Amino acid sequence: MAEQTVFTPLPGTFYRRATPDSPPFVEVGAQVTSDTVIGLIEVMKQFSELTAGVAGTVSAFLVEDGDPVEPGQIVATLDCQ
Amino acid sequence: MSQAIKKLLVANRGEIAVRIIRAAKALGIPTVAACSEADVDSMAARLADEVQVLGPARADRSYLNTQALLDALQASGANAVHPGYGFLSENADFADAVQAAGAIWVGPSGQTIRRMGDKAEARRTAQEAGVPVVPGSPGELQDVQAALAAAESVGYPLLIKASAGGGGRGIRLAQNAQELAEEFPRAQREAQAAFGNGGVYLERFIRQARHIEVQVLGDGQHAVHLFERECSLQRRRQKIFEEAPSPVLNPAQREALCGSAVRLTEALGYKGAGTLEYLFDDVSGEFFFIEMNTRIQVEHPISEMITGIDLVQAMLRIAGGEPLGLKQSDIVLQGAALEMRLNAEDPARDFFPSPGLVEQLSWPQGEGVRVDSHLFAGYRVPPYYDSLLAKLIVHGSDRNQALARAREAVAATILTGMVTTLPLHAELLEQPWLQSAAFNTGTLETWLAERRSGEK
Repeated sequence: MAEQTVFTPLPGTFYRRATPDSPPFVEVGAQVTSDTVIGLIEVMKQFSELTAGVAGTVSAFLVEDGDPVEPGQIVATLDCQ
Repeated sequence: MSQAIKKLLVANRGEIAVRIIRAAKALGIPTVAACSEADVDSMAARLADEVQVLGPARADRSYLNTQALLDALQASGANAVHPGYGFLSENADFADAVQAAGAIWVGPSGQTIRRMGDKAEARRTAQEAGVPVVPGSPGELQDVQAALAAAESVGYPLLIKASAGGGGRGIRLAQNAQELAEEFPRAQREAQAAFGNGGVYLERFIRQARHIEVQVLGDGQHAVHLFERECSLQRRRQKIFEEAPSPVLNPAQREALCGSAVRLTEALGYKGAGTLEYLFDDVSGEFFFIEMNTRIQVEHPISEMITGIDLVQAMLRIAGGEPLGLKQSDIVLQGAALEMRLNAEDPARDFFPSPGLVEQLSWPQGEGVRVDSHLFAGYRVPPYYDSLLAKLIVHGSDRNQALARAREAVAATILTGMVTTLPLHAELLEQPWLQSAAFNTGTLETWLAERRSGEK
């Protein structure tokens, strides 16, 4: 199994859920497709969806919900076949 | 009774924090910049006498964290809080908490903020003060018969609005009685499905509305106005370009509009700077109160430019217990002023944010030019907050001179390192409809849409 990384192209704040009361978009272990939304990046009050980019299984999140991120920073890793 | 401000905590960031610190310095008041970890190297933190760090970058953990702010207030020994705009500036509970902590809130009381923050209550207060509001049904309507009866006094065209809606959602247009009869049940069903509440009411639809607002100052007893601002050029309800005075009001309309604002401000016993927003109907010449902002606004400098009054200093004096010291007859309308908001947004990418590092920076200079900004060369604009970078403000003896100075100011501005809305302003200033002031609240979005399709 090859490991792929999901990185953010944008700086801002990373969120794993749509609202503070929502469940996370995906949990570790979830199967995702390239279009699956795994989080949001808030930059200057605008929200952009972050998608997995490839199909696979979420193996880890490297950024906590609500943490600041820099462009190019790895947010999550996926196991891909 | 009156308690002078001995040290001021600035509970905000960006250009308005800088603006407040400058006003305090002019009055000899020491300042404390209350800022997030992301803003410890900001212009406000550099200019203030002291810095109190509130918490992490995220606004809910810093600028919106009331406990962190109250802790900073106590730790710094400041005896007053200026909230600026946005963040906690219209949070009545925070205003109350500051006063409960024995400090001065630079703004109206929590009670006044609460009263004007409640739309129905604000509308009632305005009506009692004899200020016209947008004609509407007295409350929710149960069925088509009730709606048709209420429409007789509201007038057509009208909007059917969901009580639980907001931000432009849950609204239907009816041009006449037949359309109202058809649309009313649909609006009820839609409101029930979308908001879980089928309550709807009627409101007159103003086809060509301008957004015109009146700047007021009150000391709790007396109030004055500083004339009006024309803020019709908006995108997604965000103002981009403002001017003062409105280029379309005649003197009688101006007196009626601004006079109504003073009546409402005095009826409230209002203390501080405030703004009353109105819709102005270009066709009929009628104006209708919509809401009051109980704080300083982004575009306050254009009111300062046409009156020579420093609004932020006035706020601090009033909060410190001084009387207004101004009569309406002391305030004279001088010339015309324009404000262009410079944002870290890319107009070519649907105004997507573009934070970054300020590389080269040079602001315009010359007579009638003012720049309110927190930028400096080498400053990294953080991605966590609003995208406003600067306000280019120009004043002229008349609107044409102000427009000419605006073009020069835009052309003379050098800001590299990020994409900004500066080129958009250069383009806007060339538009005949802007030069002739032939616009309403829909004009900017229509122009932007045409511009986009023209590029394709």
